[in-house]
Amino acid sequence: MTSGLWELVLKGVWVTIQLLVCSALLAAAVSFVVGVARTHRLWIVRFLAGFYTEVFRGTSALVMIFWVFFVLPPAFGWQLVPLWAGTLALGLTYGAYGSEIVRGALTAVDPAQKEGGIALSFTPWQRMRLILLPQAVPEMIPPFSNLLIELLKGTALVSIMGMGDLAFSGNLVRLALQESAEIYTYILLIYFVIAFLLTRVMRGLEKRLKAGVGKKPDSKTRAPEPVVVEAVR
Amino acid sequence: MNWDWSAVSDFMPDFWKGLLVTLQILVIGSLVSFVLGLVWALLMRLPTRWVTWPVGVVTEFVRNTPLLVQLFFLYYVLPEWGLTFSALATGVFAIGLHYSTYTMQVYRAGIEAVPVGQWEAATALNLPLRRTWTAVILPQAVRRVVPALGNYVIAMLKDTPMLMAISVLEMLGHARLFSQEHFQFTEPLTVIGVAFIVISYLASLLLRALERRLAH
Amino acid sequence: MPTDTLPNPEKNPARSTGELIRLEQVTKRFGSNTVLDHLDFSVDAGKHVTLIGPSGSGKTTILRLLMTLLKPDEGTITVDGQRLFPASDKEVREVRKKIGMVFQQFNLFPNMTVLRNITEAPVTVLGMSKDEAVERAKGLLDLVGLSDKCDAHPAQLSGGQQQRVAIARALAMRPQVLLLDEVTSALDPELVAGVLDVLRDIARSTDITMLCVTHEMNFARDISDQVLMFDSGRVIESGPPEKIFSEPEHDRTREFLSAVL
Repeated sequence: MTSGLWELVLKGVWVTIQLLVCSALLAAAVSFVVGVARTHRLWIVRFLAGFYTEVFRGTSALVMIFWVFFVLPPAFGWQLVPLWAGTLALGLTYGAYGSEIVRGALTAVDPAQKEGGIALSFTPWQRMRLILLPQAVPEMIPPFSNLLIELLKGTALVSIMGMGDLAFSGNLVRLALQESAEIYTYILLIYFVIAFLLTRVMRGLEKRLKAGVGKKPDSKTRAPEPVVVEAVR
Repeated sequence: MNWDWSAVSDFMPDFWKGLLVTLQILVIGSLVSFVLGLVWALLMRLPTRWVTWPVGVVTEFVRNTPLLVQLFFLYYVLPEWGLTFSALATGVFAIGLHYSTYTMQVYRAGIEAVPVGQWEAATALNLPLRRTWTAVILPQAVRRVVPALGNYVIAMLKDTPMLMAISVLEMLGHARLFSQEHFQFTEPLTVIGVAFIVISYLASLLLRALERRLAH
Repeated sequence: MPTDTLPNPEKNPARSTGELIRLEQVTKRFGSNTVLDHLDFSVDAGKHVTLIGPSGSGKTTILRLLMTLLKPDEGTITVDGQRLFPASDKEVREVRKKIGMVFQQFNLFPNMTVLRNITEAPVTVLGMSKDEAVERAKGLLDLVGLSDKCDAHPAQLSGGQQQRVAIARALAMRPQVLLLDEVTSALDPELVAGVLDVLRDIARSTDITMLCVTHEMNFARDISDQVLMFDSGRVIESGPPEKIFSEPEHDRTREFLSAVL
């Protein structure tokens, strides 16, 4: 491979990372807002949040990407920059899965902790911020780590829209060289390395957060929980 | 926003064709992932590192890299090696292989959840190893793994549109083709989006019913 | 009781007499903890031997060594003159056919009916015909008082019933030696008697060698020819039950018995 082609691949890596960071931030925001809303005391809030989760988990990420690229612009007159369109589709979809993680971790906190907060006459928001979240967030890290890997794999989907990410650069190099084994092996290896680094970072984060509540990180690496719809409750 | 019902009815024949292909991918892909995943899980229990290490590395690699690039790899590289399959066959194998790296962990958990007393009873009765697996351990493990496997089938459903990228005409492939021919994007894409939500919702209801039956 | 379902001395003239089980200089460690320390120990054919002693003294370890669920760190084990340790896998499989075991937690196969639990091993291991295995299994279920439970699954039975099925399952292999590992300790008190009655019957009417770990001292007194008192991986006292239970020599035995009786 020539250096020019490598440059193409590096550009692809950069686009993939940008997309990963942006959509991870959006997904995290959606996860927390929707996840906390699903534990809200008003049924209508819980219902709307639950509806959001079911719809966005029910559909396919790639179909969502097509929808954001092709249906939104004529319907609402927006023409999104590809990066934002990709961020929107991935962030909303993976945020729906993340909201399940947030909800699960919040409901797993010992109810006595909530009662303690009530006894101290904290407001519901103070209870959430001072008691529930600090205990629940460290528990969310391992499943979030798996979700992040799934999101990384999901970013490759934007290449179908012609966005110049890592997977797309692989296709360009294949066309240039008329040879596929080598370039796709490199591309897969790069994805693997990124995934490996992400796992490491998340484990470090887990360690620090758990030290904050006086716990040890999980000794075993958990089986990755992929994007899975649980049976509807 | 303008919605054209006639575009919906024009698209429906293509939709049914696409749905059929999607379901084909899903059924055969699931079977491939169930079988391969079991093979990986059993290989990982062999006492020799010469097997467990390569199997562990390869499955970890497949699980942590995008299915889409794996599809490209198999679709473009296999012919270079002189192996030619249809796009559909390649896609089904790729998706089955990808998901087998998840199902292997489901099996592992299921096998590990069989109480050690079952192994001991099999030893006490002098059952041969093969018989211990087929008559005692696996039947108990499989019962435990059905709900988790079902969840992966639903997850796989939502990855089937990726096969469009290697020219398989499943639901999304048909929707794109229709859109390009008629310059109507909204209707076909919305129809299949709703179809995915409905199918995965129905599938999760079905799975829950199955879980309840297995609990007895 | 159907006579053909159980090993019978008259019908098995070839059955060995004299020493059947022999452990020589057997040592078993778990990490730094030595559970058995150069133990010598033997059991004659047809005898009913009960091992008693505080928990952690190595009684269960002996049963598990004999069933090849554990391997000793040192020493030799022979059964009926054939080596069980050290031995090749093939030798182990041969010798193991002579040994049956009943577990504390029953360990019935929950995916099989009661009948299949009993016929599985005779068919696949001994190569018995299915019809013959079923017939024998029915006889054994009769013996343990559960002939109406053929088609039930283990989960539908009480603990006592499960343990009786487990006894029938072990007997179906026509073992020369039956190992009983605290077979009543997982049972509700009211279910214990039924299981012990079945075992008494078997002890009285067969020539099976029994090796028994139990906390039921009355049962031990009833069925045993010999009682061995274990402490810290050694036999500190042995003798007929009348002697051990009424006039123990060793202080540790006295302490132990006054604690459990």
